[in-house]
Amino acid sequence: MSDTLTIAGKIYSSRLLVGSGKYASFAQNAEAADASGAEIVTVAIRRVNLGQDASAPNLLDFIRPDRYTLLPNTAGCYTADDAIRTCRLARELLDGHRLVKLEVLGDPKTLYPDITATLEAAKVLVQEGFEVMVYCTDDPIQCKRLEEIGCVAVMPLAAPIGSGLGIQNRYNILTIVENAKVPIIVDAGVGTASDAAIAMELGCDGVLMNTAIAEAKNPVLMASAMRHAIIAGREAFLAGRMPMRRYASASSPIAGVIG
Amino acid sequence: MSLMVNGRAEPLPAPATLEGLVDALHLTGQRLAIEHNSQIVPRSLWDTTPVADEDRIEIVKAIGGG
Repeated sequence: MSDTLTIAGKIYSSRLLVGSGKYASFAQNAEAADASGAEIVTVAIRRVNLGQDASAPNLLDFIRPDRYTLLPNTAGCYTADDAIRTCRLARELLDGHRLVKLEVLGDPKTLYPDITATLEAAKVLVQEGFEVMVYCTDDPIQCKRLEEIGCVAVMPLAAPIGSGLGIQNRYNILTIVENAKVPIIVDAGVGTASDAAIAMELGCDGVLMNTAIAEAKNPVLMASAMRHAIIAGREAFLAGRMPMRRYASASSPIAGVIG
Repeated sequence: MSLMVNGRAEPLPAPATLEGLVDALHLTGQRLAIEHNSQIVPRSLWDTTPVADEDRIEIVKAIGGG
């Protein structure tokens, strides 16, 4: 059965998107990305450290642009202007690459999205031809607005970035999915494999995660667990779960019991 | 002359170009993007873009992030 994810016209067979932050080494990052089966990997755009050793290893030697679709993010941006500038720099850095992850944050303690600024930045970026995957709150109305602006994927949080708290408001996620005409990808808050499976069972098109893999005791094994959880959750969603009942319903026939 | 590179004053003998700055910072050959006085300059124009005293320059690269 072919069950693919299409984002901005490009077809992906994996519904797991992974980050490249917080790993012990580039090599561990590469091994985890490989084990996750992800085809899209986020990267951050930052000032180079002046005076560094020119021969020091580079992330892109390990997470290679010819293997992965890179998703440059605007992490750390607290204004629409900074996020827009970062996207423009990313486009230049990656040779005209248009796919970006937009996030405009509200405060450093919660890393919660500033939705007003996010909407403002999304409008400008879409007008400039960027393919915007947007990190946002799990608010069905704002998610719809971001879709209407022209974002190619809407990515509500499940819980705060890096919290590992799992999906805090599954009914909102369900509503967002039901309303959507673009892929809905849960971004942030997933802590372990069951969280990823729940997101997929709710009908999400994918899950983006970083810390859940990078901060696991064994990141490569957790990456593999997440790969399976995403597939399991997706298949369960497509299969359609049984109804919940308050009382038991015997699985074995009642007729023919001895005695 | 002195340039403001990534928020830090960097001396550079005049005249110079963005390409010359990249070389002087030992960043030659790396995958970078440059903003020169708030304008992004494509890599193909670095060697013909002059820099002047007190210019503000941002030089960025991709690093790990989520």
